[in-house]
Amino acid sequence: MSTSSIFRSEQMTLCQLFLQPDAAYSSIAELGELSIVQFRDLNPNVNSFQRKFVNELRRCEEMERKIRFLESEIKKEEIPIVDTNENPDAPKPRELVDLEAMIDKLDYDLKQINTNSDALRKNFNELTELKFNLAMTQGFFQQVDPNGNGMFNDMTEEITDETQRMTSGGMKLGFVSGVISRERMNSFERMLWRVCRGNVFLKSAEIPQLIEDPTTGEKAHKIVFVVFFQGEQLKTRIQKICEGFRANIYPCPENGNERRELTMGLMTRLEDLNVVINQTEDHRQRILIETSRLIRLWKIKLIKIKSIYFTMNMFNNDIARKCFIAECWIPTSYLEQVQLALRKGSEISGNVQVSTILHQITTNEKPPTYHKLNKFTQGFQNLVDAYGVASYREINPMSFVLITFPFLFAVMFGDAGHGLIVTLFALWMVLKEDYLKDKGKNQEVWRIFFGGRYIILLMGIFSIYTGLIYNDVFSKSMNLFGSSWKVKFDDNILLKDGAVTLEPNPRPYSAAEHYVQMYSGNPYPIGLDPVWQISENKITFTNSAKMKFAIIIGIMQMSFGVFLSLGNHLYFKHYYAIFLEFIPQIIFLLSIFGYLIILIFYKWTTYLAEQATDAPSLLIHLINMMLMSYPTDDSKTPKSIVVFYNHQRIIQTILLIVAVICIPWLLIGKPIYIIVQRKKKTNSTELVHQESEASNDIEMHEQNEPHQEVDMSEVWVEQGIHTIEYFLGCISHTASYLRLWALSLAHAQLSEVLWTMVLRIGLSMGGIGLGGVALFMVFTTWSTLTVFILLLMEGLSAFLHALRLHWVEFQSKFYKGEGYPFVPFSFQSILEEAAAEN
Amino acid sequence: MEKFAISIIVFTVFWGLIGGVLPFLIPKGPHRRLVQTMLMLTSACCWLFWLCFYLHQYRPLFGPQINSHEARALRELWGQDL
Repeated sequence: MSTSSIFRSEQMTLCQLFLQPDAAYSSIAELGELSIVQFRDLNPNVNSFQRKFVNELRRCEEMERKIRFLESEIKKEEIPIVDTNENPDAPKPRELVDLEAMIDKLDYDLKQINTNSDALRKNFNELTELKFNLAMTQGFFQQVDPNGNGMFNDMTEEITDETQRMTSGGMKLGFVSGVISRERMNSFERMLWRVCRGNVFLKSAEIPQLIEDPTTGEKAHKIVFVVFFQGEQLKTRIQKICEGFRANIYPCPENGNERRELTMGLMTRLEDLNVVINQTEDHRQRILIETSRLIRLWKIKLIKIKSIYFTMNMFNNDIARKCFIAECWIPTSYLEQVQLALRKGSEISGNVQVSTILHQITTNEKPPTYHKLNKFTQGFQNLVDAYGVASYREINPMSFVLITFPFLFAVMFGDAGHGLIVTLFALWMVLKEDYLKDKGKNQEVWRIFFGGRYIILLMGIFSIYTGLIYNDVFSKSMNLFGSSWKVKFDDNILLKDGAVTLEPNPRPYSAAEHYVQMYSGNPYPIGLDPVWQISENKITFTNSAKMKFAIIIGIMQMSFGVFLSLGNHLYFKHYYAIFLEFIPQIIFLLSIFGYLIILIFYKWTTYLAEQATDAPSLLIHLINMMLMSYPTDDSKTPKSIVVFYNHQRIIQTILLIVAVICIPWLLIGKPIYIIVQRKKKTNSTELVHQESEASNDIEMHEQNEPHQEVDMSEVWVEQGIHTIEYFLGCISHTASYLRLWALSLAHAQLSEVLWTMVLRIGLSMGGIGLGGVALFMVFTTWSTLTVFILLLMEGLSAFLHALRLHWVEFQSKFYKGEGYPFVPFSFQSILEEAAAEN
Repeated sequence: MEKFAISIIVFTVFWGLIGGVLPFLIPKGPHRRLVQTMLMLTSACCWLFWLCFYLHQYRPLFGPQINSHEARALRELWGQDL
């Protein structure tokens, strides 16, 4: 029976797949697209380096590394990467080889171009410096030797005939010319002066424009210098100093003709180099632009290939039958889809003769928990799963949390104006879903809000409703139907200072002299009467109402939880648990707290204001019921603590006794049942059924052994804990629901403070000029504080408390939450993860 | 007294329709059960909430205490007809 219902997790089947080696790859690719299968690792003890497809994985890693390099080059040139939103299929193994070759070639080409480009640039820069060198030294030589008689020797080259010329010339000066960066010029000069003891002559001129340094590639100011000296030793020293200061020395012919020739040659070489560099750059750009179109598709394909091989590493390679054996969990309702996908896979790989066999196996292992969700229910399921993933096939609280969570939030948030703002915000997020889905992927806070947009929408809608019932719109009340209270005092009372209290009794009564009816006897139809907003004792009135409602809704939710545990018992056929756990639990809860609810409703409908002093104090009566103390009804004891209906004492005693009986019933019922069961088992002979082996692996077999019997003392302890937890919990959780009252009070008060202390100042200022401007500024403050304090902070607080109420008070009555989630092999989720990492 | 009964009946019937009749009219589909649960829970919670506040105000044990100046304003604005 495969009933798909939202109330429980899906039924799962453990299957074995027998895949042909050729068809395996394509079949897995098909399953990856469908994302409905969770594979089990059949080789858990095998090192990742010893698995079958480690080579293919290594090749994929290499390709990924090269693609990363290509991507960084593309990003450097600021070429946009085209995102066509295409989803390419995983390529077949043959395509993999082509892809590899293409990526290799591109990688190699790009590296070559980069190296060449660097070398060309360096050359170009050196030649540029040389050009400037020649141009500037021209000036020096002209100054000193206008006729070009060759007074100097260029000592750049260490050619022996030049040295000889020098020694033979005797008085001839040598020179060294070069280029140095401007920052180092001063220290260079000083060093030269010190080292050569002032025997050198330095002339320098600044290069007017920024040029690129050959080694660093950065633009800098440079200075051309010429150092004139006499002597061999000075030459070496000067050369060393130049090296130290990283000055580039260039040969410079002092003959005018030679210089002109050199300059000419230089210009042509520079132009040629320029052309080559530009062509190289163009080529590089073209390659990168072409790559940018394809790179995203390649990345996706690679991720898919890697994940397929990773999955195939988990299979068992059966050499005898020449096939792969895979074990996987499949939801029973998807079995047909899987069959189709496997058939398609074999067709694609061209291997139709031997098809993949899908074989279902039974096991004692607990299957994973899988809920079929859509974008609406996903958010609420996340809330439930954050506490614990549902055990296999137990009732999923999400279907109820869907409504009760926003409702309890709204009870604590309760302001129609704030609720309206929250609803509009959520509505915007929901309606603009497709547009907003890809925006702001990096901001955590936005992602949290956007992910919970349906939750926020429901919270807002319920808040509008509870705001209407609390009659609270930005801390003001609305009077839609006419108040049930009218002021009927005379002027002589109302003209005095002080406060008046309106008469609450709807009909004349004996204790009142000069009775005037001020309350119509019919309450305001929807929500709280607007008169209370103006009254000084509003809080006293609403406290009582909110506390009583909080208790009522709390007890109702807890009883609902206990009934859900009945549902679980019925489904799992634990009939003993119905009698030994469910019945005592529900009887205890209802006999004490159900009785309290009945009393609340009785007091609400029975007591008029004329009997206000005699109205029973429910809290005192509950305490007296527990203590079994009933004060005597005489004139000294106040009427509020005396019995107020016939046979109250007997009824309450019976209820108390029934409740107390439940305690040992729950405590020892189940352990005794287990003891009796075990005695029956040891007395009769049992046939031990051998389940069909879940896998051939020995390690797996050990895990699937039937679970040993739990020790009896553990059963007692567990049941003791469960009993204490439940009974103490009943009382403490009921009181815990009072936070519904507490937070709604805090919210209402904060809202009122903001109005009276902030906005009223602006509203009460007169005049269009002064008043208008003041109101504008005051409104800024008021609205900012409303959004940040009331909406965000209070909203977060109410969210948290409502969540706690569900996790602890509601779910502890029935939820085990010991399952593990179903994580299917899915390309989509793998791609999303990879995108999130970037 | 009748107005009280009429209000109770009207709202009970209203939420009763939403929670008790509308679920049967939800078309068959994968979400039928979920929508039915949502309707029933919503109507139960909202009805209970309205009922508690209505009953609490039905027979109030004390009346509103109003500042005398504001009371005078109310007397003028709201009149004295109950």
